[in-house]
Amino acid sequence: MLVSYQWLKDYVDIDDLTVEETAEKLTRGGVEVDVLHPRSEGLEQVEVGYVEACEQHPNADKLNVCQVNTGEETAQIICGAPNVAAGQKVAVAKPGAVLPGGMKIKKTKLRGEPSEGMICSLQELGIEQKLVAKEFIDGIYVFPESAKVGEDAVEELGLRDTVLELDLTPNRADCLSMIGIAYEMAALLDREVHQPDCTFTAADQSAAEAVSVQVDVPEDNPYYGAKIIQDISIGPSPLWMQNRLTAAGIRPINNVVDITNYVLLEYGQPLHAFDFDRFGSNEVVVRRANEEETITTLDEEVRTLSAEHMVITNGKEPTALAGVMGGAFSEVQEDTTTILLEAAYFNSSRVRKASKDMGVRSESSTRFEKGVDSGRVEEASARAAHLLERYAGGTVLEGTVEDDFRSDEKRVIETEPEQLNKRLGMDLSQEDILSIFRRLQFTVETEGNRISVEVPTRRPDLRIEEDLAEEVARLYGYDYIPTTLPSGVTTPGSLSPEQNKRRKIRRYLEASGLHEAITYSLTSPEKASRFLLEEVPGTVMVSMPMSEERSTMRTSLIPHLLDTVQYNRNRQINDSSMFELGSVFIVESETLTQQPEEKKVLAAAVTGTWEIHLWQGEKKKTDFFVVKGILEGLFEELGVLDNIQFVPSSRKELHPGRSADIVLNGRSVGFTGQVHPSVEKEWDIKETYIFQLDLDAILAAETEELSYAVLPRYPSISRDIALVVDQNVPAGDVQRVIEEAGGPLLKQVTLFDVYEGENLEAGKKSLAFSLVYLDPERTLTDEEVTKTHDHVVSELTEKVQAVLRQ
Amino acid sequence: MIERLQELGKEALQEIKEADTVKALDNIRVKYLGKKGPITEVLRGMGKLSAEERPKVGQKANEIREEIQSSLEAKTTELEEIALEEKLKEESIDVTLPGKEIKRGARHPLTAVVEEIEDIFIGLGFQVTEGPEVETDYYNFEALNLPPDHPARDMQDSFYVTHDMLLRTQTSPVQARTMQKHHGQGPVKIVCPGKVYRRDDDDATHSHQFMQIEGLYVDKNVRMSDLKGTLEAFVKKYFGPERSIRLRPSFFPFTEPSVEVDVSCGICGGTGCRVCKNSGWIEVLGAGMVHPNVLEFSGFDSNEYSGFAFGMGVERFALLKYGIDDIRHFYTNDIRFLEQFKRA
Ligand SMILES: [Zn+2]
Repeated sequence: MLVSYQWLKDYVDIDDLTVEETAEKLTRGGVEVDVLHPRSEGLEQVEVGYVEACEQHPNADKLNVCQVNTGEETAQIICGAPNVAAGQKVAVAKPGAVLPGGMKIKKTKLRGEPSEGMICSLQELGIEQKLVAKEFIDGIYVFPESAKVGEDAVEELGLRDTVLELDLTPNRADCLSMIGIAYEMAALLDREVHQPDCTFTAADQSAAEAVSVQVDVPEDNPYYGAKIIQDISIGPSPLWMQNRLTAAGIRPINNVVDITNYVLLEYGQPLHAFDFDRFGSNEVVVRRANEEETITTLDEEVRTLSAEHMVITNGKEPTALAGVMGGAFSEVQEDTTTILLEAAYFNSSRVRKASKDMGVRSESSTRFEKGVDSGRVEEASARAAHLLERYAGGTVLEGTVEDDFRSDEKRVIETEPEQLNKRLGMDLSQEDILSIFRRLQFTVETEGNRISVEVPTRRPDLRIEEDLAEEVARLYGYDYIPTTLPSGVTTPGSLSPEQNKRRKIRRYLEASGLHEAITYSLTSPEKASRFLLEEVPGTVMVSMPMSEERSTMRTSLIPHLLDTVQYNRNRQINDSSMFELGSVFIVESETLTQQPEEKKVLAAAVTGTWEIHLWQGEKKKTDFFVVKGILEGLFEELGVLDNIQFVPSSRKELHPGRSADIVLNGRSVGFTGQVHPSVEKEWDIKETYIFQLDLDAILAAETEELSYAVLPRYPSISRDIALVVDQNVPAGDVQRVIEEAGGPLLKQVTLFDVYEGENLEAGKKSLAFSLVYLDPERTLTDEEVTKTHDHVVSELTEKVQAVLRQ
Repeated sequence: MIERLQELGKEALQEIKEADTVKALDNIRVKYLGKKGPITEVLRGMGKLSAEERPKVGQKANEIREEIQSSLEAKTTELEEIALEEKLKEESIDVTLPGKEIKRGARHPLTAVVEEIEDIFIGLGFQVTEGPEVETDYYNFEALNLPPDHPARDMQDSFYVTHDMLLRTQTSPVQARTMQKHHGQGPVKIVCPGKVYRRDDDDATHSHQFMQIEGLYVDKNVRMSDLKGTLEAFVKKYFGPERSIRLRPSFFPFTEPSVEVDVSCGICGGTGCRVCKNSGWIEVLGAGMVHPNVLEFSGFDSNEYSGFAFGMGVERFALLKYGIDDIRHFYTNDIRFLEQFKRA
């Protein structure tokens, strides 16, 4: 909603307030003023001039040499506009004038002829092209005859004004009108609202003789009123009206259309004027459209309707799409002399449906959708009649032909000061409260503490006691609400154990050198089929996606992490290490019938140099074991390390020789490894290592309580062992044999060397372990250790065919 | 003989003085104090002396020995110190060379903001509660006083996945779910962080995915002044004790009265600047008293219970806190962006 500050002054006295103060008042009261648009900014010294003579420029076909009188003097001005002519009153920018955009007018010569100023178009005066009346779009603006030569043109065009652009909340449809804003302003300032003049002289002839009105579905259209106005003479509307429409963002058309738009802005009540001679009958029938029925609207579009839409008809065919747009054949034209003026109250859902289906949002449909004031329809109609009589030569036939189904039940909300104070935490007296309702011009009755508030029809947003609490609070001022803390029972605040663990995971991974990434949940169907923890039957697909790329909820975190690796690589960042912790969306059936499982997943992608110390010549590339080391630390942190196994993996998106499934208590909970080189190529990334874990499964696993183990009081004995085994025997298997054979005395096994190559038989490798034996209760003897150690060696020989290396 | 001893002593001390290595000192020790050394030799000749002279010579000899001995020790210490000094000098390094970098990852700024806000409300006695991102129409809209034809649904065009399921447009459904779980028994004190989705084209100020934190406090006798006090406590904790708040009337279907909460501008202190568009205030939160319909929908008796709710955009808080100029940065994960938040 665009509100002209000067226009607003018609309805409420705000002369003592600056426009900024007015805006601040409204904003603090709940009607947010988003922007102030000063209309004459940068516009100086433009006057109304009279073109005394206009002749073709001797040296230029398209230029005219004009003699323009601005009251005290006559100056020669060269003008290129095609519509300039002698006898016009025009806007003249004289030398020294400044136009919007900073253009300074100077004395100059054009093709040898001196020019002392410029005759302006409305666009040059800062008015948007779409608001310029059609006749002036391609040329200069011409004032009506009544304009006075020498007057300030900026003033004449109503540009000494500021427009307040409102950002209205959906509940305040009442503020989609000048009078609504005036009521709001009046309540804020405790002032009066000056009502517009709605008087006119009715003709003897009654409208009911000329037309009949019938509404088929009362719920769709609780009120329809028609006035007939004869003797109309179509022409331009008065300049002041055009100026106000322009300020409000509506292009002036002609007096009849302008008047309906003017009243729409004034009352928030859309009106429609039909050319009654072209209407096609003398009956108005409001009904649902038939399926496949068509209407040509006044934008010349042929629109196909359904029974969901409401139309105004002449008893046979639709003449308007109710509340949205008029039909073409009954449109007011230059030769129109009699109009049927529609003032109706249409159901908002019905209008919304049509507006949505037709893709048309008009000033009219917006207001019906949000709800107009059902109690002021007749008044708006009378106001239009007043203006038509005055500015379009109209004769208004007596009476309004109407069909009225509105309920005359009054909306009354009851409250008590105690209730309101309890809700707001304030201490207002009944008198304080009553004075606020009075300022809002609500009718109030009291009985003891009880207050009954009759809510006017212009405020349909007020329904319950809490709504009254808001009115009281906002008008009294939120600044006066004290600050208190809740007085109820104190409860300890906390994170859940799982939330705590997620924080722990983030801290651990950050400390391990991984940045946290957050990527989009929506992805492409193709990416939703990659790097899955396990195959899923279905995915969550958006019904009307904005793009293929954002059409499916992710099932894995890896694809977007790889996108991120690639994004960084495109910016010459070849080393990146990132993790993400988020949900993936798993549908357990082929179609979505219930909410999907949202599984918390932890994933990472690491590529490029891992550690670097340039001047010391150290550099370590990321490899499998960097990522595995991070994972092992993580599992230790989460207390599940002892139950985790890394098992060679055969996932096809991973490097077949450099990947592992991560198994917890016998169940796969994730994977790690190098991305398969052909997949790396597909993503245009270099060697990248990833992992992805089913965090829900891991956090659900039993963990051992952390408890202190007594420090050993007796010395340990350490033995090293070097073995040769077949190359394909995993070191992990060898270690497990040692651990099992070592029994309770074996406290620690550490692999400290792996060797293949020279001095070893082909197909063999050498592994060296350091074993630490310890008995916490006593000092171990050499013999005892030797006995256990020999058992370890014999088990190794038997189970993994290890040969002891001497 | 005494003279001889004195001479020897003098000689030895001179040699010690001239010695410049520990080895040379060792040689001097052997030369003068060894079993074949001149002092021993002199003492061997003592048999020829009278009984009177013998102890005098013996005493002198011991004196000289001790003198040499202590001189040797002193010189050794001196030389060792010099040697150590030399060694340390050789070992010296350029301490201005860079240290070995410890690889550290950065906290995502959105996580940093969420955790900080969570912690403030935990301190005020709130629980952190989460809920599904793919939500039913019922919880996302209807339970929040937004029936199917409600005009406010236009405010948030959403991603539907079936006719009655959508990507949640707000974290408020978590409030409705949590209230239901309480079966009409207060208090409910929760903050709900999470991802939400709206049909917006991504640009510098819009994102089809973003994060919200909403809070809910339902109990008997909760007043609007409690909302104001709680939010003021939060704002002072998060933005600084010198900041203040103001409430402006607004509209949300699930609260009544509804307010926007502004915080005084931290750049200009309230006098007006570019950041606050000359108003001195920056909008940071939406809030209000829980609408009685919402309480009733979730099983609370609205005559007995009342409550307040508030919601904030995490990205907005991060933008304000760190002066970030483009919301897309949060989701493109440019390493150069992320790295800046190591100490977040
Ligand atoms: Zn500021």
